[in-house]
Amino acid sequence: MQEVTQATMEFMKQYWAPLVCGLAIVAVLPLIVGYVVLVERKIMADMQARLGPMRVGPHGLLQPIADAVKLLIKEDIIPDDADKLVFWLAPVLSVGAALLAMAGLAIGPAFQIAQDINVGILFVVGVSAMGIFGIVLGGWASNSHYSLMGALRSSAQLVSYETAAGMALVCGLLFAGTLNVTSIVEAQRNQGIWFGLLAPVALFTYLVASIAETNRAPFDLPEAESELVAGYMTEFSGFRWSLYFLAEYTNMIVVASVATTLFLGGWLRPFSETRWLNFIDFFPPLLTAVIGVYCLMRTPKQPARVQQLFMLAVAGLCFAVAAVLASPVLVPIAKPSLAAAVRPFYAGIHGGFWFIFKVSAYIYFFMWLRFTLPRYRFDQLMRLGWHFLIPLSIINVLLIGIAMIVGVYYHLNGWRLLLATLPASIMALIIALFILALDQKGEAQKAPSRAPDSYA
Amino acid sequence: MPRAYLPVLIYAALVVAFPAVTLILAKLIRPASTSYGPKLQPYECGIAPESHARGRYSVRFYIIAMLFVVFDVETMFLFPWAILYRGWVLTHMGLFALVSMCVFLGILLIGYVWLYKKGALEWA
Repeated sequence: MQEVTQATMEFMKQYWAPLVCGLAIVAVLPLIVGYVVLVERKIMADMQARLGPMRVGPHGLLQPIADAVKLLIKEDIIPDDADKLVFWLAPVLSVGAALLAMAGLAIGPAFQIAQDINVGILFVVGVSAMGIFGIVLGGWASNSHYSLMGALRSSAQLVSYETAAGMALVCGLLFAGTLNVTSIVEAQRNQGIWFGLLAPVALFTYLVASIAETNRAPFDLPEAESELVAGYMTEFSGFRWSLYFLAEYTNMIVVASVATTLFLGGWLRPFSETRWLNFIDFFPPLLTAVIGVYCLMRTPKQPARVQQLFMLAVAGLCFAVAAVLASPVLVPIAKPSLAAAVRPFYAGIHGGFWFIFKVSAYIYFFMWLRFTLPRYRFDQLMRLGWHFLIPLSIINVLLIGIAMIVGVYYHLNGWRLLLATLPASIMALIIALFILALDQKGEAQKAPSRAPDSYA
Repeated sequence: MPRAYLPVLIYAALVVAFPAVTLILAKLIRPASTSYGPKLQPYECGIAPESHARGRYSVRFYIIAMLFVVFDVETMFLFPWAILYRGWVLTHMGLFALVSMCVFLGILLIGYVWLYKKGALEWA
């Protein structure tokens, strides 16, 4: 018995950090996803000149919690002919794959579950791609035409854009030279430039492919309301449905994190190695403090006492976060002797802030596209993937390879490497236009024989 | 190296437990379902379902799946090359690495052009 306790203690001593991270992610992520949904509804409302959710809590701040409770106590309907076991298993598989992919990501230098696995980013991509099994099985199990159609579309779409996304990742990895997530970010620090600037075409390709892979508008064909009701989720209700929803938004966070890690410098501050720009460190605490002040100003305008108190609590939370963010910046100024002791905290706290900030910006871009662009038709979506993105990304890999050889030949480092990669990017753009023109010409020749409205 | 995956394994158990536990929890707190009859039929916009859904579907999905195998395996081959490429470039062996990958991708591009001409990449 004692040996067992000792072994457990030994084990905990070694792995307490990843375990705490894992518990934190599983406990907090559903809440975060709920608030991402609220933010999305608010942004949508703002872009459409409405207010959005306003009733539950001040400015609808308690809406996600109300939704979660509603979904928990909702009636659970399983269609008569459904495959019960698969129907039960499919959402679990979907959400499991999405959450498991988070294990490989590093939110800040220390906050990572799988710290020294050497396949890093490949693990994330591979595991998150497994979520498609949940979608296909769920669509098949519910025995509805809409569900099956949505599931098939979803798999075809994911499969078509996986190659383009993989090629885009290869472009970033050419510069990094490693798959380990921490080393990729360190490589961007050492080279002094984010890989997204060196390979903008790859970033663009990954952006488009990741929207398609997460089934988001304008590529949300698998759940197109106007044709497929809700796609693979048609027969799902109550908590099963919310598990699919959780999986979808977690996948969004995962692809945003991959893009952030590989192309946008991970947890690094913009210009992290430039001394005289150190005042950027004041941005995170100031931002949160301003949000706190705004909440304080809105407090008297809330109609009920409870809402005022809740608003005050939100303001207090913002100020607390601001204080935490400010301490690693202010302490070295106030007491230079403590500067060395504070540095690890600075890396952890500010690293986490910048990572989350960049992921939020990426997701905001997703939402922006969703509210701006109309939905594609399925054959258009497939043509974009196979006729445009795949050839472009293959050629882009070769162009980046050439640019790297040129860069080493002329001893270009850091920002000067742009001299080599910028022509490569421009070349890739020209080739992209060429591919588009070629494709359009082919279309024009075939046009008369085709019916004008060909829905897939 | 397998030891590095131990936290991932534990986290995987946690991740599978989370939806399973919440599903069971939801079963315990929600009122029992009393639905019967048409409510339990698959949704077909209000009319009774005409046929079983697990029937035949378009052959294009199969074509896409086959193409995916070819192109995605190719991407997988690119990954190790991409990891080692930087080292090769720094030791001035970059041109060799690039040309060898060009040959590999060139063969694939020929296949791509053939597929394009055959119309395998057309959906409609």
